[in-house]
Amino acid sequence: MTDPKPIHPPAGAVESSACGGRREFLGTAVATVAMALTGCGKLSKEEFLQHNFRELSKDELQTIIARLEREYEEKYHKAVKVGNEPAMPGVIFGYALDLSRCIGCRRCVHACVKENNQSRDPQIQWIRVLEMDKEEGVNIQHAEQYYNPEEVPRESHFYMPVQCQQCKRPPCVKVCPVGATWKEKDGIVVVDYNWCIGCRYCMAACPYGARHFNWGEPHLESADVNPATHYLGNRPRAKGVVEKCTFCVQRTRNGLYPACVEICPTGSRKFGNLLDAKSEIRQVLETKRVFKFKEDLNTQPTFFYFYGV
Amino acid sequence: MNTRPIRFAGLALLLLTAPAFASPPEQKGSSVTPEGIEVPKPPFTEGIFPCTSCHDGKQMKVDTRRRELGMHSEIQEQLHHGPATRWCLDCHDASSRDYLHLASGEKVSFNASYLLCGQCHGDKLRDWRMGIHGKRTGSWNGAKQYLLCVNCHNPHSPHFAPLKPMPPPTRPEDIKLTKGGAQ
Ligand code: SF4
Ligand code: SF4
Repeated sequence: MTDPKPIHPPAGAVESSACGGRREFLGTAVATVAMALTGCGKLSKEEFLQHNFRELSKDELQTIIARLEREYEEKYHKAVKVGNEPAMPGVIFGYALDLSRCIGCRRCVHACVKENNQSRDPQIQWIRVLEMDKEEGVNIQHAEQYYNPEEVPRESHFYMPVQCQQCKRPPCVKVCPVGATWKEKDGIVVVDYNWCIGCRYCMAACPYGARHFNWGEPHLESADVNPATHYLGNRPRAKGVVEKCTFCVQRTRNGLYPACVEICPTGSRKFGNLLDAKSEIRQVLETKRVFKFKEDLNTQPTFFYFYGV
Repeated sequence: MNTRPIRFAGLALLLLTAPAFASPPEQKGSSVTPEGIEVPKPPFTEGIFPCTSCHDGKQMKVDTRRRELGMHSEIQEQLHHGPATRWCLDCHDASSRDYLHLASGEKVSFNASYLLCGQCHGDKLRDWRMGIHGKRTGSWNGAKQYLLCVNCHNPHSPHFAPLKPMPPPTRPEDIKLTKGGAQ
């Protein structure tokens, strides 16, 4: 009583609340509101006032990216680049996975974690490989994701990796109450991690289990941070937001194949521009037996499964 | 008569053994095939190529007889490809040892070995050219490298070798959250 504490630390002070905050905290009314709203002193004034990614002017975006890069550098003690490459004109991405070749080795799962800066603890993985019975065919009732034999493939089983299907009619986007997730012109469904309020409606709406929530403070060693990031892709996330596969937006918008395509030892993964008649993906669609997972839901995936044999 | 040098003379060129066929290697050096496809170096055993450093027609005489090999016996032992009558010189060229040859006798360099494979596996060669079978790395809208058939399939024993899977995901009940973040 005799020594009233300030409601918030002075400008520049490093916040060290139970929420693990460390951002600069400015002594303003806005910041107080932010703190009251989030229940923790993590949010800076700038972050609180930040608009949805799609409403940002060029200048605002540059300022935000500079701030993020500064924060990441402080946190991980290395330079992290946050890109914002837009969708390329004339490109809609498509993906196809050869069920007759995949052997379930999970190289893709772990390459994805590395490339996309997923939290190692608590563990988050964007690709889930399902082991299924050949006798049953594609039947989720007979799918096992925790298989761990000495060697794969196991006799009379086949493997079906599942990740975000980048639906053309994405239910996840439809249900988001704040517009924090949307489909980009090149077909990639993205999340603005700074706009996501963590309600997890999208997770409930997605029929593919493709979205993952940061229940805990994501933990990522500095050495493990991939510094080549994209604002809407693999930049490190915070606790309380949803994340998912983005077809490696940071790679594919720069002309590279996604990390899972590059790592797969069986060449089961095919990627390219659906609008380019010569692309690998178009060759697959035009010459192979192709199906969409849970097609009856009319989510219209741009991720296809096929039998290459 | 049957001295060692003669035994070795004319042994078929079987240069490819199986180091890590299961996981396509990091590309160490690449080359461009006559039709302009960029491919990695074929997976030769270290120091074995060029074959003419032994099979130069002088150190060893050419012996085309089907027989048990002295040198390269490990390849002969693991040869499981097609009919049992398959023999080194079906694919390796006896007169130009640094080449393979097609059924027509036309010579094919090792970096274009897919032409040879495609004689029997025509459907796979067609798919490979379209980018459906096999694997490409690099740029989806630009320069890419195609892995050769032999980068994934040991030509002497082409069945894709099983792999040890990487660790399964943690079960939800094993994920521990501590208040204020898992640290
Ligand atoms: S890396 Fe390729 S073969 Fe291995 S599980 Fe993934 S898709 Fe299947
Ligand atoms: S797979 Fe799920 S997360 Fe991805 S676009 Fe479709 S509904 Fe959304």
